[in-house]
Amino acid sequence: MNYDFQFGAVFAAWPLLLKGTWTTIELSFLAMVIGLVVAILCAWGKTAGPAPLRFAINTYIELIRNTPFLVQLFFFFFALPAIGLRWSAHTAALIAMVVNLGAYATEIIRAGIEAIPKGQIEAGLALNLKRHEIFRFVILKPALKAIYPALTSQFILLMLSSAVVSVISADDLTSVAANLQSQTFRSFEIYIVVAVIYLLLALGFSALFRLIYARALNYPDRR
Amino acid sequence: MRTFGFPEFLFILEAAKWTVALSLIAFIGGAIVGLALALARVSENGTARHTAGAFIQIFQGTPLLLQLFLIFFGAPVLGFDINPWVAAGIALVLNSGAFLGEIWRGCIQAIPRGQWEAAEALSLSYVARMRDVILPQAWRIALPPTVGYLVQIIKGTSLAAIIGFTEITRAGQIINNATFQPLLVFSVVAAIYFALCWPLSLLAARMERRRAAALAR
Repeated sequence: MNYDFQFGAVFAAWPLLLKGTWTTIELSFLAMVIGLVVAILCAWGKTAGPAPLRFAINTYIELIRNTPFLVQLFFFFFALPAIGLRWSAHTAALIAMVVNLGAYATEIIRAGIEAIPKGQIEAGLALNLKRHEIFRFVILKPALKAIYPALTSQFILLMLSSAVVSVISADDLTSVAANLQSQTFRSFEIYIVVAVIYLLLALGFSALFRLIYARALNYPDRR
Repeated sequence: MRTFGFPEFLFILEAAKWTVALSLIAFIGGAIVGLALALARVSENGTARHTAGAFIQIFQGTPLLLQLFLIFFGAPVLGFDINPWVAAGIALVLNSGAFLGEIWRGCIQAIPRGQWEAAEALSLSYVARMRDVILPQAWRIALPPTVGYLVQIIKGTSLAAIIGFTEITRAGQIINNATFQPLLVFSVVAAIYFALCWPLSLLAARMERRRAAALAR
């Protein structure tokens, strides 16, 4: 096995790789923020909403969690345009990521909210806190702290699974890699370099999440 | 032009057996790799612990799609002849091995310290300690998340479509290219995955509840 590694062609294309990396970061970040909002709304609907709404949210969660992301992506990119909903590859990728993350994060957040003891909410009422204050300080903040590890690893999984959006050429890092490999044929080198970039992204995101935790959630709790 | 009819449906359904076959390979191979990794992660040997840790970090920290590409496009460059079957199999085994290894490490470490110490005090050998004391107990904790992870494996096999392996998703693409009825085709594809995965999800959730109830007693 005498293989002569040549990383030159890969590193020569660094502006393209950088751009792809940026697109992946941008897509993941947007999907995290919008997906989190979707998930908080769905978690609220699932714990406090009327029965038909709860049924609709449950159907959404089960459908998304039991089908592959790739098929969801195909659905949003190929199937919905056929009935008149047209959008770019980039938008389709973002929508698929938001819809996917929303389902997983809803379940995580719901578990966190349900783990808050009733007595704690009653204590908030007894202290004459306003309803939104109770939701913010007594329910959301402790719930967020409890589910933080699960939520952030879901975010990182989302960032990694975003590689799949390259099949519809959404200009992400893996799309760039696939284009480079068809131009230079240095597939082994390209995919090694790109894998290292993803690894660094995953480590970077988890460092960022740890920093946010230390800044915003690192208060003592009694459990 | 063809329209989507019963033969087209059957073609996609037929492909489900390749999804199942690939999932079984990934699960069985992944279980072997995963057990080795989990044992290495809890061993007293620092080298084994760190090597297994690095393996898990690499496979959990990079996209499965890229692992697949690296094997499928990389192997021919190194002079190995590889087909989509083998590439998909290797990538899925290594990937699920890393995830199962990490799940099982948690389960092994959930066994109370006293059990380890008791086994040591009885001067059981390492093999006997693991086989007769730790693993049988860890197994019961590990069952619900392992069944849950099977769903991830089945969904993961869809990526093999991208390197041209004809499983459910690829069959759907082929039919879609012939019929141009994407809404129908991808709904059928999603429905077949759902039919495979949902029972497993329900089973995992039920096992989880029963375990929680057993612990609460």
